[in-house]
Amino acid sequence: MGCSIAGIIDEKGNRFSGEKIICAIKKMYLRANGLGGGFAGYGIYPGNKDDFCFHIIYNDEPVQKNTENYLKHDFEIVKGEPIPTRTVKSIVNRPLLWRYFLHVKDEIKKQFYEMTEEDIVMRSVMKINGAQTGAYVISSGKNMGIFKGVGYAADIGEFYKLEEYSGYCWLAHDRFPTNTPGWWGGAHPFGLLNFSIVHNGEISSYGINKRYLEEFGYQLTLHTDSEAILYLFDLLLRKHKLPMSLAHKILCPPLWSEIEKMPADEKKFYETLRIIYGSALINGPSAIIVSDGKRMFGFTDRIKLRPLVAARNGSKFYLASEECAIQEVCPLKKGDVFFPKVGEPAIGSLG
Amino acid sequence: MKKSLLFPDFTVIRDPDKCIQCEVCVRQCAFDAHSFDKAANKVETDASKCVSCLRCATMCPTGALTVSEYQQNIRKNKNWTDKQIKELYKQAETGGILLTGMGTDKDYKIIWDHILLDAAQVTNPSIDPLREPMELRTYLGSKPDKIQLKIKNEKLKIEKPLSTFYSPLTKLPPQLKLETPILFSAMSYGAISLNTMRALARASDECGIFYNTGEGGLPKELYKYGKNTIVQVASGRFGVDPDYLDVAAAVEIKVGQGAKPGIGGHLPGEKVTDEISQTRMIPTGTDALSPAPHHDIYSIEDLSQLIYSIKEATEYKKPISVKVAAVHNIAAIASGIVRAGADIVAIDGLRGGTGAAPTRIRDNVGIPIELAIAAVDSRLRGEGIRNRASIIAAGGFRNSADVVKAIALGADAVYIGTAALVAMGCHLCQKCYTGKCNWGIATQDPYLVKRLNPEIASRRLVNLIKAWSHEIKEIMGGMGINAVESLRGNRLRLRGFDLHENELKILDIKPAGESM
Repeated sequence: MGCSIAGIIDEKGNRFSGEKIICAIKKMYLRANGLGGGFAGYGIYPGNKDDFCFHIIYNDEPVQKNTENYLKHDFEIVKGEPIPTRTVKSIVNRPLLWRYFLHVKDEIKKQFYEMTEEDIVMRSVMKINGAQTGAYVISSGKNMGIFKGVGYAADIGEFYKLEEYSGYCWLAHDRFPTNTPGWWGGAHPFGLLNFSIVHNGEISSYGINKRYLEEFGYQLTLHTDSEAILYLFDLLLRKHKLPMSLAHKILCPPLWSEIEKMPADEKKFYETLRIIYGSALINGPSAIIVSDGKRMFGFTDRIKLRPLVAARNGSKFYLASEECAIQEVCPLKKGDVFFPKVGEPAIGSLG
Repeated sequence: MKKSLLFPDFTVIRDPDKCIQCEVCVRQCAFDAHSFDKAANKVETDASKCVSCLRCATMCPTGALTVSEYQQNIRKNKNWTDKQIKELYKQAETGGILLTGMGTDKDYKIIWDHILLDAAQVTNPSIDPLREPMELRTYLGSKPDKIQLKIKNEKLKIEKPLSTFYSPLTKLPPQLKLETPILFSAMSYGAISLNTMRALARASDECGIFYNTGEGGLPKELYKYGKNTIVQVASGRFGVDPDYLDVAAAVEIKVGQGAKPGIGGHLPGEKVTDEISQTRMIPTGTDALSPAPHHDIYSIEDLSQLIYSIKEATEYKKPISVKVAAVHNIAAIASGIVRAGADIVAIDGLRGGTGAAPTRIRDNVGIPIELAIAAVDSRLRGEGIRNRASIIAAGGFRNSADVVKAIALGADAVYIGTAALVAMGCHLCQKCYTGKCNWGIATQDPYLVKRLNPEIASRRLVNLIKAWSHEIKEIMGGMGINAVESLRGNRLRLRGFDLHENELKILDIKPAGESM
């Protein structure tokens, strides 16, 4: 896939309007074809920061009614409302777009005593999306939300009035789909709990990544390979409790020839990682930005077949497919920009 | 003596203009098809004895010999073929079970030839293995679900080595490290010659892979290749002692094999020479009988006990494999084997080879390995235990494309037997059970054994493994994949062509033409 990706995080946690990320992604419109665009914003719902916020797209009202009944069974709905949008000529055939602020009911926590609250939320998301009835939960984290659809990203941003939100971390994606259909649920970012990712590339290993994830209860229903990366992060970070840097070494491990040259301890460590997590290796051209709300993490595939640029300026850290996107929103000085090397992630962290 | 109604399998034509009466053919044929007629002062041929191993035709210095199908025109009949008729005559004349060697030659559909591979175009660049790294390294053995860490230092600076911040608490069970996902299949001393074993051992050492002793024990001179040796413990327990277990890289419990599921083995006493007697640890000249079942395994819990007995005996330092034939209920059987504690499950399909098997069994029992791999891999994943054991697939792998397809279906590695023998000179005459192998492979006759030069045979095996590995890299590069772990179980890169809907379902692959 062609596609452009961008991300901005304020490492001091200062919130800023979504307008900036729209400008950045807009600059790279040549990499997209209008079949999908989207954004993830963190820190955008400070008033409900302790509730799980579900952004859901519905095909029609009956599906919405059924889904809301299901949500009521597992959750207390603190608030449910349509996601505000404005008329944008190029954005057509839009589904119903709703958001809900939710608490897991105590009785459900008791029923699934072996699960964490996050596990229960994941189960609900998988159930709704897996049923394939025309309801898709597109984000399910706290104090964050994903806004996406079919259209150029800049138009999607305008459609969702993102300039009215302010957050401390934003991801964006503009799509040029080739392998999979352009549809609202298939646009990036993909989100589960607090994780969201944007991906430029194609995963040659998707077939095994998918089957591996299914062993851990993930259902891959969004007709796109990029979804797998999101769940791999959720699996490694949340379920296996590994640090982000290690997850990166699992998804994009060093070559055996590099491992052979390492000191004994290090060699054994990497060998163990590759032996255990071979099925999680992401093969194929990729540039990826992932965030869990605390960090923004960018990396490429093992032989860097997709571009990724990073820059640091003041408290802000930027990632993008092309330097022009960063230039557009930030007057960069010499030395601000750098190109992450193969196998080395570029990280911006809160605090 | 009554005249036999059997008609020959082959016709041997000797070109009188080319033949120089040198008698090479007479000396080369252990089946006595050629003889020198002193009275007539010329070489004669009795084609009824010919097995079409082509040894004579290959060695003839003037190229005077041509072996072809028997030329007499028997009335064609699709139901009562020449083969069927001959087998009836043979049984009417002997009253015996029909014996044969190698894998089945029956005209079953070969599913490999109905599976097509994917390649990258435009959206995903293919990778040139001559310019870019391409990794085939494979580890066989049980893998933990996840890694657990001891965190030494929370704040991670990426430029510092990982091991200065974390140390793994998870201890990895023993693994076999393969530089390419291919191993030489079990072939026992007795069925094959010592020179053949030497060649397999040397080639394994050079290629960073493994060979398998089969159930005939391990000759002492091959102990030096222990790190490339998988030793078998079979129902006859031949050659099993502490040294045998100690020297090996892994131990395989042989429950069954694809060519003869449910059937034991029988090495006739005349083949039990002094050397074989020592290696198998049985008296010279006595029949070596492998019972059909292990007499201490009558159910799955017994298998578990044997697995753990061997693990205890080898101090949990070696992976334990269990080899079974692919039979109808293979998925459930494999699941049981994994839960019984095996680190590797080796599955031998319908086309698996053998040194000797009853023809009816070889040709009719079991299921194709393609379906078995898919069924087992899906079942183990469904149960969430796929990581607990590796899968080695066996049974008729002909080329590197078959290997790639097997791995994409879910195998970790493949065993090759027949292909390795052919590389060394086997011509698939299927007469291994006679012990008269003119190519010096499946024989103990000292005169025949020395025909196989272990140096040359080993070189040919190394070439074969290298050639296949290059081809696997080429195919993976075309798919845009640069590590074999991304191919393993990646059934999305396979498409079925001209396969029945049920076959597609079991293989869990899409039909050609259907996109992602």
